[in-house]
Amino acid sequence: MERIVEFMAMGGYGTYVWPAFGVVLAVMALLWFASMRGWRKSELDLRALRESRRQEEIAKE
Amino acid sequence: MTRKRRRIYVIGGFMLIFATAAALVLTAFEENIVFFYSPTDLAQKLKQEPFPPNRRLRIGGLVEEGSIRRAPDGLTVEFRVTDTVEVISVRFRGITPDIFGEGQGVVAEGSMAADGVFVASEVLAKHDETYMPKEVAEALKKAGQWQGEKNEQRTE
Amino acid sequence: MSMHYFANPTHFTRLAGRIQQWAGGLAAGLLIAGLYLALVVAPADYQQGETVRIMFVHVPSAWMALFCYSFLAVASAVALIWKHPLADMAAKASAPIGAGFTFLALVTGSLWGKPMWGTWWVWDARLTSVLILFFLYLGYMALWQAIEDSQKAAKAAAVLALVGAVNVPIIKFSVDWWNTLHQPASVLRMDGPAIHPSMLWPLLVMALAFKAYFVTLLLARMRMELNLRRIRALRLADRTS
Repeated sequence: MERIVEFMAMGGYGTYVWPAFGVVLAVMALLWFASMRGWRKSELDLRALRESRRQEEIAKE
Repeated sequence: MTRKRRRIYVIGGFMLIFATAAALVLTAFEENIVFFYSPTDLAQKLKQEPFPPNRRLRIGGLVEEGSIRRAPDGLTVEFRVTDTVEVISVRFRGITPDIFGEGQGVVAEGSMAADGVFVASEVLAKHDETYMPKEVAEALKKAGQWQGEKNEQRTE
Repeated sequence: MSMHYFANPTHFTRLAGRIQQWAGGLAAGLLIAGLYLALVVAPADYQQGETVRIMFVHVPSAWMALFCYSFLAVASAVALIWKHPLADMAAKASAPIGAGFTFLALVTGSLWGKPMWGTWWVWDARLTSVLILFFLYLGYMALWQAIEDSQKAAKAAAVLALVGAVNVPIIKFSVDWWNTLHQPASVLRMDGPAIHPSMLWPLLVMALAFKAYFVTLLLARMRMELNLRRIRALRLADRTS
C-alpha cells in the first residue's frame, strides 16, 4: 500500500507525470477507435451498396 | 516520361526557391528569434549603444558557482550569470524553479537597473540534454569524469 | 514483384489488411512493455527526478510529429509528380495522426516545462515552430474539407504540404541555430546519445510502439479512403446511367 502511494506520488511530481501519460493514452485511444470505426463503417457501406446493386441487376433480368 | 520529369523540376525548383526565401527571412529576423542574450551578447550590445533603461529583455547562461545569495526575507535572491567570458549580476524576487542552482542553466527576463544589476521579473531554469540516474552521476563525479552543465551558451 | 503490384488498389487492400493486424498487435504489445519500462523500470534522473518519465511520451510524440509530416510531404510530392491516387490517400490519412502527435508533444512538453523550467510555455524558436507545425496539420485537413472536388482538394493540399515542409528542418535545428529555452537533441546528435542506456531503452521501445501505432492507423485510414472513393464512384455511376 505504501509503495503504491509512493509510486503515485512520483517524488512529488505526480500532478505533472500522470496527466502527461493520461493525455497521451486518451488521445491515442480516441484516434484509434475513431479510425477503426470509420474504416469499418466504410466497409459495411460499400458492401451494402454492392449488394443492392446486385439485387437491382437480378430484378432487371 | 517527359511530363513527369518536368513536374519533378517544377516542384524541385519551387521548393528550392521557397527554402531560400525562408532562410533569408529567418536570417533577417535573427534578432527577434533569439530567445535570450548571453552575457557576451549583452556586453556587445551595450558597447554599440547605451541601453535604454526599462527595456525588457532576456539573458541566459550558467549560474556562477558560489554566487547565489538569498536575502533573509526568503524571497529575494541574487546570483551571477556567466557564459565563462562575461558575467552579469542578477537580482530576483520570487520563487525559483526546482532545478535552479549553482552551475545550472538559467534564463532571466527583466531589465538593466541603473546600478548595472539586471533586475529579473521571471527566472526560468534551463537544463541540458544529458539524462542519467543519480548513481551514475555520482560515480562520474567521484571518478573525476564529470563534465558539468554542457549547455554552454553560444558566444559569437 | 514490383512496386507496381502494390500500387494496384486491390492488391493494396489485401496486403494492407494483413499488415494492419500485425502492426496493431505489435503496437499494443510494445506500448504495454514501454509503459512498464517508462513508469517502473527506468530510474529517476539525477537532476529532474521523476519528471524525466514525461520524456518517454514527450520525445516519441515529438519524433512522430516530425515523422508524420515528412511522410505527408513525401507522399504529396509523389502524388503531384506521379499522380497516383494511393499517394494522395496516404498523405490525407497521415494528417490526423500527425496532428494528434503534435498536440501530444505540445501538451506533454507543457506538463514537463512547468515543474522543470518554471513555465508552461515560452515563445522560443523550438516551441513556436512546433506550434506552427500543429497549425499546418490543421490547415492541411481543413483544405481537404473545404474543397468539394477531391482532385482539386488533393492538389491544393499537396502544395500546402510541400510549402510547410520547410518547417521540418527549422524545428529539428531550431535548438542549434538560435538560443532557446528548449535543450538540444539528446538522441539524434553527432556525438551519440546523451542519455544513459537505462533510460534510452524505454525511450526506444516507446518510439517503436508509436511507429507501429502509426502504421496501423495509416493503413486503416487509407483503406477507409479507398472504400469511400469506391462508394462515390458507384453512386456517380448511378446518377449517370
